[in-house]
Amino acid sequence: MDTLYIKKSDIPSWWNAIKAAHDHVVAPVRKDKVVEFARVESYEQVATDYIQTTRSAKEVLFPRTERLFSYKKNGRDIEVQDFDPESVPSQVLWHVRPCDAASLFPLDAVFNWDYKDVMYNTRRERTAIVATSCATADEYCFCTSVGGGAGDTRGSDILLTYTADGAIAEVMTEKGKSLVALSQNLFTEYTAGDKDKYVADVPRVFDVEKLKEKMHGMFDSQVWKEQSERCLGCGACAYVCPTCSCFDIQENPKGSCGERLRCWDSCGFAQFTLHTSGHNPRSTQASRWRQRLMHKFSYIPQRQDSLGCTGCGRCSRACPVDMNIKEHLSSIDKIQ
Amino acid sequence: MCNCKDKNIYLPYMMQVEKVTVEAPGVKTLRLKFKNEEDEKSFSFRAGQFAEYSAIGDGECTFCIASPSTRKGYVECTFRQAGRVTSSLSKLEEGDTMGFRGPFGNYFPMEEWKGKNLLFIAGGIALPPMRSVIWTALDEREKYGDVTIVYGAKTVADLVYKNELKEWEDREDVTLITTVDPGGETPEWKGKVGFVPTVVGESPINAENTIAIVCGPPVMIKFTFPVLEKLGFAKENIYTTLENRMKCGVGKCGRCNVGKMYVCKDGPVFTAVDLAELPDDF
Repeated sequence: MDTLYIKKSDIPSWWNAIKAAHDHVVAPVRKDKVVEFARVESYEQVATDYIQTTRSAKEVLFPRTERLFSYKKNGRDIEVQDFDPESVPSQVLWHVRPCDAASLFPLDAVFNWDYKDVMYNTRRERTAIVATSCATADEYCFCTSVGGGAGDTRGSDILLTYTADGAIAEVMTEKGKSLVALSQNLFTEYTAGDKDKYVADVPRVFDVEKLKEKMHGMFDSQVWKEQSERCLGCGACAYVCPTCSCFDIQENPKGSCGERLRCWDSCGFAQFTLHTSGHNPRSTQASRWRQRLMHKFSYIPQRQDSLGCTGCGRCSRACPVDMNIKEHLSSIDKIQ
Repeated sequence: MCNCKDKNIYLPYMMQVEKVTVEAPGVKTLRLKFKNEEDEKSFSFRAGQFAEYSAIGDGECTFCIASPSTRKGYVECTFRQAGRVTSSLSKLEEGDTMGFRGPFGNYFPMEEWKGKNLLFIAGGIALPPMRSVIWTALDEREKYGDVTIVYGAKTVADLVYKNELKEWEDREDVTLITTVDPGGETPEWKGKVGFVPTVVGESPINAENTIAIVCGPPVMIKFTFPVLEKLGFAKENIYTTLENRMKCGVGKCGRCNVGKMYVCKDGPVFTAVDLAELPDDF
């Protein structure tokens, strides 16, 4: 890893070099009261005065709705048109939070264990990630409780930590090196010490190792019912989550042509597991809430050596009935 | 990680419907042939594996492959018309085109069953997944000991594969016990009347050196396992195949997740030992 430094006044010209070398730069943009990821044309469009975007950056790699293939019916014959990897643009994800960069671990794992998902992988390969350490955090953030941190480099090709007059650039990967190489002369070695003083202090509220172990035996606990009593099953938590990867497959027919799509889905919906026969393995909201937390904190860790949560707090901010995952996990941690 | 030459795992093979058989009211079997010869050449499967069958324009459905792995050149699926996709599939006629993705999941370890007796227990529309295993065993009959099939349905009309049931009944190397739920019998019915678990408990079944393969609705499985254990079957000799709702079939969409297992990747074939370790979430 190289630790470099770039002056504040030089960042826009480096940014312009990055923009010129890629099809798109995707960055947070303010739209009225919300900040969302969008393709940006100029450095000035990038929003920096926010804690967290409403939705995560995952849709750059795993779009909300994505075509799996298209088809055309000719009499009794059907012609299919496969996904074309060449159609995927090269892009840079700019100014993502470390908790979004960290979400690539569970996403990479699910899209690559055994069968390889060529759509996700092509996007992943053609996307470079420049993350920014968080200088501020709010009461919903809990990255440090799930193995991350406001200055965590996991998943980033480059992590920028802003100082008073510039940014420390931790260059983590070959992709990161080639982004720096676009304006190599603007970077100098950074030797001025620790970045910690520029990074938000996010208090640790539970021990995730103990929590994982405890949850393993909690399938029959009453806690799921108690916590989910007010859950509306609206699925907002899954929609804004950087690691939720469950999807539905739907048809979009238009006369004799059409396409098959994959669309984000949520284990919080009653129909998610409903069989045609009427049998539903998870027929109550309590069982669906249990699935959400057990999947993230027990099942994924058992299979993939990662957690299904990066502590971004989006689900709690988005919940219309104020279910706060940080509080729920802390209360599970405190159960004797 | 990325190899853009990786195949699109969601793109189905194009298949031609070669034969349509009406098995019971609302139940059909489709025999499918690969439209592309290369696809057919590279395709093979093992008894117990499943596939995603698509009515292009309406969606995909998950069924086990119902034909035996010993018979090449085609695959068959048997399904009951119940939802949008199965309704669309049941409208297909010979010569029509449909999609097929698979084979997916694990399979019955039939190599390990050589020299053992096989006891098949199926209920209703769950005979099709087992039919693949039964015919695979019967096509290589000399490899196995006694073959016993216990099959039950709600009514006489609901029994599927009526011609094959007759064939199995007539064979001297197969014992077939058929039953229908009380009230489902006709005046001509010569089989048993009673629920599958009860009939299994009352049948002359020897657990020694025998593998039991059970397939049926969740409630049938739940009541049959204890009966088998009472008959002396060890949990590791009891097999079943689960059919959770699925979309992708390849461990991505998350729908069939039960505990740390994915039915589509770790199953659909499980032993009673595996099931005992799973949370009650299927």
